[in-house]
Amino acid sequence: MAEMEVKGGKGSPRVDLTPMVDLGFLLITFFMFTTTMSKPKAMQIQMPFKDDKMEEKDKSKVKESTAMTILLSKDHRVYYYYGMGTDPTNPPKLEVTGFKDQGGIRDAIIAKKKEVQSLVASGALAPDDKITIMIKPAENSTTDDLIDVLDEMTINAVPIYAVVDITPVDLEFIEATENANGE
Amino acid sequence: MPKAKMPRKSTHVDMTAMCDVAFLLLTFFILATKIKPTEPVEVRTPASTSTTPIPDDFMLLTVSKEGRVFFSIDNLNVREQIINEISSSKGLNLNEKQIQAFKEGGSIGVPFNMLPSYLALPFPDRAKYDKTAPGIPTDTTASFDSNELAYWIRTTRLSNPNLRIAIKADGEAAYPHVQKIIATLGHQQVFRFNFITEGKGVPKGSALEQELSAGKTQQ
Repeated sequence: MAEMEVKGGKGSPRVDLTPMVDLGFLLITFFMFTTTMSKPKAMQIQMPFKDDKMEEKDKSKVKESTAMTILLSKDHRVYYYYGMGTDPTNPPKLEVTGFKDQGGIRDAIIAKKKEVQSLVASGALAPDDKITIMIKPAENSTTDDLIDVLDEMTINAVPIYAVVDITPVDLEFIEATENANGE
Repeated sequence: MPKAKMPRKSTHVDMTAMCDVAFLLLTFFILATKIKPTEPVEVRTPASTSTTPIPDDFMLLTVSKEGRVFFSIDNLNVREQIINEISSSKGLNLNEKQIQAFKEGGSIGVPFNMLPSYLALPFPDRAKYDKTAPGIPTDTTASFDSNELAYWIRTTRLSNPNLRIAIKADGEAAYPHVQKIIATLGHQQVFRFNFITEGKGVPKGSALEQELSAGKTQQ
């Protein structure tokens, strides 16, 4: 029988760990690079509740003076008007703007918010009336536009807003404005 | 003067502690790593100021630049239930191998009638095919209840009603593509869902900044 023999007690039991450490750090580096630390963010949106069986009286009414309509169009263009534009005898005045930090749609929203606040303060509107924004993306707008405009709602703390389908009337408004601007 | 005798020190450093640290960190990173799910198409998500992390368990609807829709879900148990349900209800007669392929595979971007042949492809070919896949039909002409995306969503929600829905849409995708999905969801009484976005700074002096500094939680 071959016998294992431990020769003397002098041989150090120490193992050189340097390669193991090297390997350890190599793997750490690999995992650090592959780890996706920044989790993507999610923006929650709530669409207006829609039910074909809903009765007329249950639908929420928007007052003309609290309303603002934002139309999204091509080339990241944003058209807006105050009110709902439902009165055919008095078409709203469309303004064209874009997504900018200064002088863009944000300023228009802030202006409308102030207007509603002052109307509430003067008693022309009930105390619980709030600015209501309707977002109508046209077919030639992009997802970027939609997210940007929804983000503006969060940025400006707009209490009530809804994404609704664009109407043919709104498209006519856009076309008329484009024609007036010489396009 | 007697010379101070410097004791001769060994140059050998004890590596044990360092080794411990290295492997501790290694374990941390291995456990913290979540392997990035394979994306069927490259999507550049829009930016928003939202800081909410995406919910843990969700179904993902990816919309490519051209408006092709891909459906995927991480939860393996749900995946198995869905594919069995769809296989039987749509008469696809998927075999064991195809079901397995669906379970391990990522996103689905083909109509039901192409699903068997798509799942029969080996994995690398499927990934290659996704680049040109037609996407899940979201046709709205007939009815939102009968389009295929609605079927996927309904089947998934039957097996797990609490599953959240996240839309990962390319920023350049035209609005009608997204609108079709929103309308499809709306017809199933889903009005609350998430858009996956990139982070963006909060503009200075805005109402949101004031809210955040006042300590209110962002919705």
